[in-house]
Amino acid sequence: MKFRVYRYNPEKDAKPYMQDYDVPVADTDRMLLDAIVKLKALDDTLSFRRSCREGVCGSDAMNINGKNGLACITNLRELKEPVVLRPLPGLPVIRDLIVDMTQFFKQYHSIKPYVVDDRPLPEKERKQSPTERAELEGLYECILCACCTTSCPSFWWNPDKFVGPAGLLQAYRFIADSRDQVTAERLDNLEDPYRLFRCHTIMNCVDVCPKGLNPSLAISKIKELMVKRTV
Amino acid sequence: MSVVKHSIAKRSFDAVVVGAGGAGMRAAIQLAEAGLKVAVLSKVFPTRSHTVAAQGGIGAALGNMEEDNWHWHMFDTVKGSDYLGDQDAIEFMCRMAPQAVYELEHFGMPFDRNADGTLYQRPFGGHLSQFGQGKPVRRSCAAADRTGHAMLHTLYQRNVRQGTHFFVEWLALDLIRDQHGDVLGVVALEMETGEAMIFQAKATVLATGGAGRIFESSTNAFINTGDGLGMVARAGIPLEDMEFWQFHPTGVAGAGVLITEGVRGEGGYLVNANGERFMERYAPNAKDLASRDVVSRSMDQEIKEGRGCGPHKDHVLLKLEHLGPELINSKLPSIREIAIKFANVDPIKEPIPVVPTCHYMMGGIPANYYGQVVAQKDGNANAPVPGLYAAGECACVSVHGANRLGTNSLVDLLVFGRAAGEHVVETIKREPRAHKELPANAADRALSRLARLEGGSGGEQVAQVASDMRKTIQKHCGVFRTGTLLAEGVSKIREINARAQRTTIADKSKVFNTARIEALELENLAIVAEATVVSAEARKESRGAQAREDFKDRDDTNWLKHTLWYMQGSRLDYKEVNLKPLSVESFKPKARSY
Ligand SMILES: Cc1cc2nc3c(=O)[nH]c(=O)nc-3n(C[C@H](O)[C@H](O)[C@H](O)COP(=O)(O)OP(=O)(O)OC[C@H]3O[C@@H](n4cnc5c(N)ncnc54)[C@H](O)[C@@H]3O)c2cc1C
Ligand code: SF4
Ligand code: SF4
Ligand code: FES
Repeated sequence: MKFRVYRYNPEKDAKPYMQDYDVPVADTDRMLLDAIVKLKALDDTLSFRRSCREGVCGSDAMNINGKNGLACITNLRELKEPVVLRPLPGLPVIRDLIVDMTQFFKQYHSIKPYVVDDRPLPEKERKQSPTERAELEGLYECILCACCTTSCPSFWWNPDKFVGPAGLLQAYRFIADSRDQVTAERLDNLEDPYRLFRCHTIMNCVDVCPKGLNPSLAISKIKELMVKRTV
Repeated sequence: MSVVKHSIAKRSFDAVVVGAGGAGMRAAIQLAEAGLKVAVLSKVFPTRSHTVAAQGGIGAALGNMEEDNWHWHMFDTVKGSDYLGDQDAIEFMCRMAPQAVYELEHFGMPFDRNADGTLYQRPFGGHLSQFGQGKPVRRSCAAADRTGHAMLHTLYQRNVRQGTHFFVEWLALDLIRDQHGDVLGVVALEMETGEAMIFQAKATVLATGGAGRIFESSTNAFINTGDGLGMVARAGIPLEDMEFWQFHPTGVAGAGVLITEGVRGEGGYLVNANGERFMERYAPNAKDLASRDVVSRSMDQEIKEGRGCGPHKDHVLLKLEHLGPELINSKLPSIREIAIKFANVDPIKEPIPVVPTCHYMMGGIPANYYGQVVAQKDGNANAPVPGLYAAGECACVSVHGANRLGTNSLVDLLVFGRAAGEHVVETIKREPRAHKELPANAADRALSRLARLEGGSGGEQVAQVASDMRKTIQKHCGVFRTGTLLAEGVSKIREINARAQRTTIADKSKVFNTARIEALELENLAIVAEATVVSAEARKESRGAQAREDFKDRDDTNWLKHTLWYMQGSRLDYKEVNLKPLSVESFKPKARSY
């Protein structure tokens, strides 16, 4: 199968370039990651991240034929050749398909991604009804792969100021948790022309999320809560 | 060893935790909470650790669904271990399990709930009531079939709240040990820059996870390469019970990706080519929820006797259509996703093709239930190695003995991660002291491993050696083992291990050189592979996950003992199993049936 891969090694290359490969794939190679692993056996200088190979760790997000996705759950047979592989857009490239995720995680950390409940805790579990728990569905499953955030034009323009879809999805995950006691502070934290309101509902995020999550919906729910508390 | 003249940076911490999976991050919470200066190293971003893939649940006798207690959990674990587990550690784990789960809830874990708001629990293989005499008991706390993901993220989030200092994408290379045998930290490589650094520490906690990548067919991630085991073995500390590898009954045929036992917990079952629910024959009481070693062997038996499914009769089928779309979508959504993606079947309509697949390493770095690494010294078989701890899958405490029960690993991470952290905190508070002086050659071993790869050409390719290793282990050390296969395996793996220490890479650059990382990981994998087959060949009995066709029975007279493998000379030794619990009566070895 034919591949065209973004290459950049800061120690050698003045600038990035695309390299063509022809990789013999077997019937048993189902996913794109299988082929990339074979490619690396042919040319060990290609660097990329990978771990779980089943779409749960979020390591191998990359831009595949123009769209962000996880190589390990992208069906090889459904890809048009040459398969063009690039690093995730909008983040600095460290090398080849490896991007610097610092800004992405900074934004995630900025929403205080943990349940805050400083009341005295019971000896056993805090009670939460199945309905309250159901509010977390479609939110807690995020694997922090950054496919969404790096496909969002608003994030490209303001990576330091706009939290981005992944971070905002998580912001809502904690707002939605019946155990969390600091919704007001969480909303204050986002009440800002950039942090939340740079989202113009362009929907790229929903389109690319490999886990089928909907950051855009979560964002609109946060916006609703903001409106509600001002009236 | 060649002497490498190299200046190397150094930083000092109270404690260094190597690994940011469930065990490492649980330990880190304890350490950071106590205000110690801690560094947590991980070769991947913490939430990418393989704990993320755990599906089914966390075992703890909360009794939320029906009567249950830790003593029954303890019995099941001892029996599940085929009596090779140490009963002091097992008692400790089962008693602490409920507290560990409640703490995780307090950290914000999105557990599934019952109508009354308490934690939902599901049945799992080998977990029964009334000391194995009663019905299966619902003991596994879960977040749908994404328990590990929810748990790992929750632990990371708690660490963020506490301001834990993570060193992300740093590869630990080797331990630093002085002439007294004290461990004084590690040498690690920053992937982004390619530079090595010394992490000096009063306590070093290894939490590097499993090494399932020694097998060709495995549920484990690429990063599960047994680095902690390699580090320990090179430092002269033995590896314990390495012959015991769990084959999970339900890996997707051909892909290896796991289908949780929770599927059978929720009512799914296995059938052979005749559509027969064969587990009724092998385990009349527990049926499909018998312990994993039993189910895996039964499946292999069916396949061997020609009742496998598919054109090659090489797998069996896991049926869950009868559970209905609603249950499947609410309790097993990721399983459905996996089946569609990796097996091309929608389990709402069709059964999933499955085969026994390497899943979990019961053996590992010898440790006690405080998390201290132990080794033989002056006649004491279990003398703590000063400054060194191990927790999680890399450790052998041993709570899992010859076979681990499902849900007992996640709880092991929580209980022993916490215990190790706690012991470090207490020790440092009890005996405040300055750092010990580092030996002059502290970084030599690590730097010479790097130097070997920096120079060198014409050696073998990493991918080739790795593939030979995986094929050899799969063939010679699988579900059923024989003396002849194992003996051949030993000589082949010895040769492959030697080759693994002599590979060359084309990429000589520094920045994010993943070829170099894979070469270093392979050195560790090959050590684990050798420990495995040498230990398996020597053990002339069948127990738990080790099933030998030439020694079909368990032999408590000669083999109720832990194996210790030393890398130096590939030598074996043994130590006693601790049959004495902390407060209750010992469970004496009995014949094991389900
Ligand atoms: C698919 C699957 C499903 C499972 N389901 C369940 C279940 O339902 N219930 C259950 O109880 N158990 C389950 N298990 C088992 C359980 O998930 C694992 O045993 C457990 O998560 C291991 O956790 P750990 O913290 O020891 O290691 P890991 O989570 O594997 O973490 C290891 C850490 O060490 C780091 N590391 C490794 N080497 C180095 C190095 N050289 N330098 C720096 N860092 C390093 C890694 O980066 C990582 O952070 C499952 C296992 C698999 C594979
Ligand atoms: S919907 Fe908002 S967050 Fe999503 S891609 Fe568009 S602008 Fe970005
Ligand atoms: S929301 Fe989806 S795309 Fe975005 S980081 Fe999470 S899993 Fe990835
Ligand atoms: S390798 Fe883990 S998500 Fe693809």
